[in-house]
Amino acid sequence: MTDATQNTGAVAPKSSLHTLDARTKRRNAAESRFKFYGMVAIGIGLLMLVTLLTTILSKGTGAFTQTFVTMEVELLETKLDKTGARDLEKIKKVTTFGYAPLIKTAFEKTVEAHGIETDLKSKAMAKILSKSAASQLRNYVIANPDQIGQTIEFRFLANSRVDGYMKGRVTRDSIANDKNITPAQLDFVDQLIAVGALKKTFNIDFIIGADASDQRPEAAGIGVAMMGSLFMMLVVLALALPIGVAASIYLEEFAPKNWITDIIEVNISNLAAVPSIVFGILGLAVFINYMHLPQSAPLVGGLVLTLMTLPTIIISTRAALKAVPPSIRDAALGVGASKMQAVFHHVLPLAAPGILTGTIIGLAQALGETAPLLLIGMIGFIASNMPETVGEGLLSPNSAMPAQIYEWAKRADPAFYERAWGGIIILLIFLISMNTLAVLLRRRFERRW
Amino acid sequence: MSVKLTASALAITAVAATSAAARDQVQVAGSSTVLPYASIVAEAFGENFDFPTPVVESGGSSAGLKRFCEGVGENTIDVANASRKIKDKEIKACAEAGVTDIIEVRIGYDGIVFASDINGSGFEYTPTDWFLALSNEILVDGKMVANPNKTWADVNANFPAQALQAFIPGTKHGTREVFEDKVILAGCEATGAFDVLLAAAEGATDKAKHKAAEKACISLRTDGVSVDIDGDYTETLARIESNKDGIGVFGLAFYENNTDKLQVATMSGIVPSTESIATGEYPVSRPLFFYVKKAHIGVIPGLKEYAEFFIADEIAGEDGPLAEYGLVSDPELADTQTAVADEAVLGSNM
Repeated sequence: MTDATQNTGAVAPKSSLHTLDARTKRRNAAESRFKFYGMVAIGIGLLMLVTLLTTILSKGTGAFTQTFVTMEVELLETKLDKTGARDLEKIKKVTTFGYAPLIKTAFEKTVEAHGIETDLKSKAMAKILSKSAASQLRNYVIANPDQIGQTIEFRFLANSRVDGYMKGRVTRDSIANDKNITPAQLDFVDQLIAVGALKKTFNIDFIIGADASDQRPEAAGIGVAMMGSLFMMLVVLALALPIGVAASIYLEEFAPKNWITDIIEVNISNLAAVPSIVFGILGLAVFINYMHLPQSAPLVGGLVLTLMTLPTIIISTRAALKAVPPSIRDAALGVGASKMQAVFHHVLPLAAPGILTGTIIGLAQALGETAPLLLIGMIGFIASNMPETVGEGLLSPNSAMPAQIYEWAKRADPAFYERAWGGIIILLIFLISMNTLAVLLRRRFERRW
Repeated sequence: MSVKLTASALAITAVAATSAAARDQVQVAGSSTVLPYASIVAEAFGENFDFPTPVVESGGSSAGLKRFCEGVGENTIDVANASRKIKDKEIKACAEAGVTDIIEVRIGYDGIVFASDINGSGFEYTPTDWFLALSNEILVDGKMVANPNKTWADVNANFPAQALQAFIPGTKHGTREVFEDKVILAGCEATGAFDVLLAAAEGATDKAKHKAAEKACISLRTDGVSVDIDGDYTETLARIESNKDGIGVFGLAFYENNTDKLQVATMSGIVPSTESIATGEYPVSRPLFFYVKKAHIGVIPGLKEYAEFFIADEIAGEDGPLAEYGLVSDPELADTQTAVADEAVLGSNM
């Protein structure tokens, strides 16, 4: 029939496939318009992603390098251990303030050794160093009291203004009104660069170190907060996975379908939509005020995030169980397996990839959560040491990665801002690798029927 | 399955029971103005003592004092930072929750500065200018009328015709009260509006009338000219960067860390600096405090040491790190040191 219409050509009836009638044209136009809208939508999405990533990378990479000053310091016995008895308790009595003169002397010697000509007083020279230098010296002396009296080479952090100068954030114009650094000090910095005593290198302490106070942004690191996040995730995994899987297996495979289970089902879906801050308030009321768990502890953070993650895990586990065809259960029951054997030997292994994917996505969501931590005291200045045992990791005060980023972003010194972006890079690396793992697991093990 | 659920529930309770052990670090919360100082002290304290580094949270003076007054015990904070004095109302609330012996520690003074974008025009303010710019009603020809001013030129003929836009601290900040007391109220009195309001005020006693007039003075316009910032100074700075006409209220230390982005305005002809605040020339300054629960001393290890260390000469003195960061050191620091050493509590004639 179509052939016939093609042959007749000029007198083409309305049903021709070659000459489009107005309505088909409109439909086709609508379709290509829709395709165009779709592409625009994807384009906008991609553009935003690219903008976001370039902003994060351009602002955050600076945090991974830091300016260091290398110089020799004489650990004067007269300042550090007047008795000469090497009594650790006596040595500890010398506070970080007592170490400041050593650094000043070290600067004078460095200037002499390198033949640098400068009008700066040693006090002004020492100001280009981070405030952490004295505590670095003190920690070294307490760890190695036998080295007192020796001259040892140290690598000190430069302060945030000098570091900003090396990174182009601080210029001679921008410091016109700045009390913390003078152009003369920047000249001195240039001289130190020339003799190779001052260098910008990779800064591992940003990745493994602890937070630092407002006066020494250059010493701040995200490492301890990372451990806080890790311990919270352990708690979430240890609690949410077994509880979530057990609850969903029961609901999906064993529970009778009646109004009680219906109510439970609706409430689990509702729970998944509850804003996370609500869980924070709950955590404060139940875990801290009622159960007297310690404040600022990753254990409490983990418990709160468990509540938040549970619905996500239950919903994805139930979906994974539902996706296993009934024929598998019937076959297992048919050869004489009990219901429990059918579930645990046949259904659960087949649903495992889906369950794991859901769990990883739930964990990734929990990892990026800040709001509930605000109420249980995990946001603030928390500069603990690296936890040494699991118990300490769970109970001693700690922050979390997103909380640390928030904390840095609101501090006065612009150097903290750079570190906030650096922290975002690390957090993103974690999130992307978790999500990639979830995708890989699904690709590799998921079966379709 | 239900066995497994019960087991998990038991596990949680077991963890809960074992972990209710003693807290060994000092827990601090409160004013975000005091936070940088407190974190500097906490860091140095952790370095120089065998006690763990105290945890310092922010959230505002009122929020901190509220948590402070929740009760005595390990699950409550030990120290509240405040950028204003504790109120009678709060002392009462504390007492009701069993927090009776409170040690008040004044750490020094802090200046409040008015700053605008570095490339904009500079200002030389008096409190009157701010009252005329932000008050809800001002005095025109002997009558209180709704504030008609639109630009700074309307406020003061010497100023440029720049649109009025101010970013001031929200009501949960202690800084807000100082701004109201020392700037708006002072301007209200200087323009004569206060007397008019006092004459019109309703109240049984003179005191009540006075209070009503003060309240009317500090009620700010709500047409978007004055914007409350509930967050930190970084938020105020971000607002100014996006709206170059804006004038923001900052702490002196914050301004000194951002001199490449902000220019500071003078108040009554005085440039704010640690020196002019110390001498009392610069009018807008306030004392900073922290409050310690005496009941926690001896229970929480390191609490008294932390309080003493905070106000030690090497920390809060003129050459200490706090002064370097922007705190104006207290000339009566020695008295405070004795008071803390004796654990003198509020109300015991301090």
